[in-house]
Amino acid sequence: MKRIIYREWRIPPARYWSLIGILGTVIAIGALAFAYMEHEGHWVTGMNNSVVWGTPHVFAVFLIISASGALNIASIGTVFRKPLYKPLGRLSGLMAAALLMGGLLVLVLDLGRPERLVVAMTTYNFRSIFAWNIFLYTGFLAIVIAYLWSMADRKGGPYNRPIGIVATVWRLALTTGTGSIFGFLVARQAYDAAILAPMFVVMSFAYGLAIFMLVLMFSFREEGRPIGDRLIGRLKNLLAVFVLGVFYFTLVYHLTKLYGAKNYDLVGWLLLDGGIYTFMFWVGWVLIGGLVPLGIIYHPVLGKNRGWIAAACGLVIVGGLASMYVIIIGSQAYPIQMFPGQTVLESGFMDGVQGQSAPYSPTIPEVLLGLGGVAVALLITAVGVRVLQFLPESLADDVLPADEETLAQHTAEAQA
Amino acid sequence: MKEKHAPTDPQRRGFLDAAAAGVTAAVVAPGVILHSVTAAPRSEAVTSDVRWGLLIDTSKCADGCSACVDACDKENGLDLQTPPPGAAEARWDAQKAVWIRKVKVQDNQTGRVTNLPLMCQHCEHPPCVDVCPTGASFKRADGIVMVDRHICIGCRYCMMACPYKARSFVHEVMENQLTRVPRGKGCVESCNLCVHRRDHGEESTACVDACTAAGHEAIVFGDLKDPRSAIRTRLAEMSSRQIREDLALNTGVRYSGI
Repeated sequence: MKRIIYREWRIPPARYWSLIGILGTVIAIGALAFAYMEHEGHWVTGMNNSVVWGTPHVFAVFLIISASGALNIASIGTVFRKPLYKPLGRLSGLMAAALLMGGLLVLVLDLGRPERLVVAMTTYNFRSIFAWNIFLYTGFLAIVIAYLWSMADRKGGPYNRPIGIVATVWRLALTTGTGSIFGFLVARQAYDAAILAPMFVVMSFAYGLAIFMLVLMFSFREEGRPIGDRLIGRLKNLLAVFVLGVFYFTLVYHLTKLYGAKNYDLVGWLLLDGGIYTFMFWVGWVLIGGLVPLGIIYHPVLGKNRGWIAAACGLVIVGGLASMYVIIIGSQAYPIQMFPGQTVLESGFMDGVQGQSAPYSPTIPEVLLGLGGVAVALLITAVGVRVLQFLPESLADDVLPADEETLAQHTAEAQA
Repeated sequence: MKEKHAPTDPQRRGFLDAAAAGVTAAVVAPGVILHSVTAAPRSEAVTSDVRWGLLIDTSKCADGCSACVDACDKENGLDLQTPPPGAAEARWDAQKAVWIRKVKVQDNQTGRVTNLPLMCQHCEHPPCVDVCPTGASFKRADGIVMVDRHICIGCRYCMMACPYKARSFVHEVMENQLTRVPRGKGCVESCNLCVHRRDHGEESTACVDACTAAGHEAIVFGDLKDPRSAIRTRLAEMSSRQIREDLALNTGVRYSGI
């Protein structure tokens, strides 16, 4: 094992600036979309009084939980003392902060009164999970910055593990809080389930890791820095475990809902005749976000190919967005059951007449705002790795520390 | 070395004093006058000695009648809403504000049809108040649940949390509104039991008046805490229920015949 050296990302300026240019353009278009929505009001979006959170929230929540998932890599190195993951800690911290910024920006810019953000920062109702989340998010940023300092500065070394432990606990709290935004809502049948909180935690592991792997592989390939098969193998296996975890929680969530007679209609609608939401569930969440990536990762040939592994990560991300679409929008589209055992014949406010779900179709400004948030996260990452020493020079097999299993074996042999 | 000042001109000083007094008076006086004007009629704080509520007798609620909805729209300026230029009609229908609506339901087993008006249920434990991050969604001491439009940031979490889908978000730039019911783009709103009438000591709400005028008398308004009030007398006589009773929100709006 050699000493890990971190270096700025030194791809040719022309390539770097075109990347920045593309991200900047996406951000500028997202900003225009925001200006349009803010100027006109939300009637230009597909959101309405039944589906009150739409596509911006799909992107925002996805980015926010991915942020805490991206920090997982650093935690594995610091808190769980896996030496192989240590060199990835800095990038993990940077991406956690970047993804959170991107997600929060989308969330804030979708507010009806975004200019009143200062009100949200100064007037609190502590019974609100939203209010707790404001502290969880800002605290997360502060802790990640401290964590990065402890990784990068020699003086920070002794504090690295304590800060790492705080960061791990905090990120779990953050994702639990995000899941609870939905899980604590008694009003809507598809929410009102505490399992949403741990489900969001596992989802964050999967999505955060998938984004992290893509950024890692892209940035290393662009500059010709080596990554060994050992590390890629470990990361992709970890991704598979997380994807299986998401499956497990999805299964338990649906079984829980399915067991009670009062939810038969909900589960039947979601799994069989919910139109776009059923499609998003089976094709997006289950197939693209789960079965196909698992098939690739565990395939004897494809699973060793970098291109296919990157594709698997991409599919997990697409599947993640689809799951968020089902959880956030599908759960609102399903009508609130105010009169159990009765059918709504007429209503002046779309109360699920004849069991009909609420209308929602995303509009272009919403999608552009969401993509703007993604671009902000990537821009912060791109600038960060360019100007500061976040990326290890090499992650080749002989540079990386030995696996702890091998280490243990060596120790045993030496003692014998 | 000391600087030498020119002697002060007493006339100039006198002018400055007068000007300062004038400016002070101009700044302070309107505040004093304004204060004395607003302080007079509505100076008493809302108390929890009363809890306003509604009783809806669904057996009297007529199929096809929309008197309560029309009256609410007129009272609160919701009839002034117009679709923004270029808005698709179907989408606008789902986006415009609705404070009260008529719902017609049929029992799946027995086929019995019920008509009823549905609005904010003014819960004792309102989920919308619990989730509001800034405290803009609040419950008054007299039980009315409403939105403080000065601190509502338009996050719509209350709309996610309301079990009755009673709230609306103002999706468009507000052009026409009534002075007594200020509304604004980007904020959430809902039935507030005609709070402006409460604050002027008036007896009932627009929907109740309209229902009575239409000859149905299906809605009764009153103080749920006063055993002698009309609403309490009626509630004592007839069996009534809360919608989504299992949530134990202790709603201020009660229904009979559902």
